[in-house]
This record gives sequence, structure tokens and C-alpha cells, in this order.
Amino acid sequence: MIRSELLQSLADDNPELRPEEIEQVVDIFFDEISTRLAEGGRVELRGFGAFSTRQRDGRTGRNPRTGASVEVPPKRVPYFKPGKEMRERLNTN
Amino acid sequence: MDNMRSVGTLTRADLAETINRKMGFSRAESLSMVESILEKMCQALSDGENVKISGFGSFVLRDKTERIGRNPKTGVEVPITPRRVMTFRGSQKLKDRIAAGS
Repeated sequence: MIRSELLQSLADDNPELRPEEIEQVVDIFFDEISTRLAEGGRVELRGFGAFSTRQRDGRTGRNPRTGASVEVPPKRVPYFKPGKEMRERLNTN
Repeated sequence: MDNMRSVGTLTRADLAETINRKMGFSRAESLSMVESILEKMCQALSDGENVKISGFGSFVLRDKTERIGRNPKTGVEVPITPRRVMTFRGSQKLKDRIAAGS
């Protein structure tokens, strides 16, 4: 499922809403999650899962094409842990 | 780092609150939209479909084969049954925003 299919499916279930409104709601949903993570916070959606960020140490990487070594600085990266209910649903049927 | 100030945990209620404020939907309607979005994604994933939200990231299913695990306390070997798991891969945009802290 891609974003446009999610929008379509929501539109089918909510004929009283205009497609633009559905798109705005979906944008708010993902923007709010992204913003909270960028601020260093957590997002907990019971049943679905929890988003957080983790610190990655800096390291010396290599350009795979040239073999030149490059310093990769320490940074925060997104992390997601599926909820219990989600994990169970993936394994029923 | 300055931008690592501690911020609380965002929940369904907070997402609904923002939708209520920005869209003028009722609280109940806003919460129901939040639930619907999550339910659509859950449904697709439990049907075996990956979910890709451009600008945000992808939820990708992976099938794990059976392997032998060990109870760390007792050392007893137990089979870990084959299972399907989901992983999240943040989009480049999300990774950039998180790395930049804003």
C-alpha cells in the first residue's frame, strides 16, 4: 500500500469529506510524528507500535566506488518497535 | 545538544487534537480519522502488503525461518518458530530531519 492508496481507501470510507481534507489529515498525521521525532521525542501508538530515535556513533566509512575513507559523524536515526498486537496480527492467517 | 530538550510522548490523543485544531473536525471525528489511518496500515500489513508512505518511510515485512534459541536463564535450547516481522525504514527526508534535530 502506498500513500495514494491509503488516501483513496480513507476517501471511500468517508464520502462526506473532500479528498483535499483527507490529504491534509494524513499529512498532519505523518508530519506530527516526524516533528516529534526530530525534536528528540517519542511517539507511542498502542497496538501499532512506538517510534523513537537512537544515537549512532560516528565511524569511518568508505566510498564503495572509490575506496576513499570518509568520516561519518555521530547522528540520531529513526527507530520503530512494533506493538504486541501488531506482531500478533502479522502472524494470524 | 540544545535541540535534544526532553519532549513528551506523542499519542493518538495528541494527533487527534492537532487535527481538531487545524481542520476544525470534532474531537470524536479527529480521533476516528487517526484510528482509521492506523487501521488501514495494520490491515495492509496483516494482509502481507508492505506500506510505503512517501516523505515518511516504509513498513517492510520480513519472513523469519525457524531457528534455535536458548533460554538465557536456564540455558535450555528452544525452537523459535518461523514468523513474520515488520521493520520500519525512515525516508531520506525523515532521516535528514532527525539528524538535523528540527
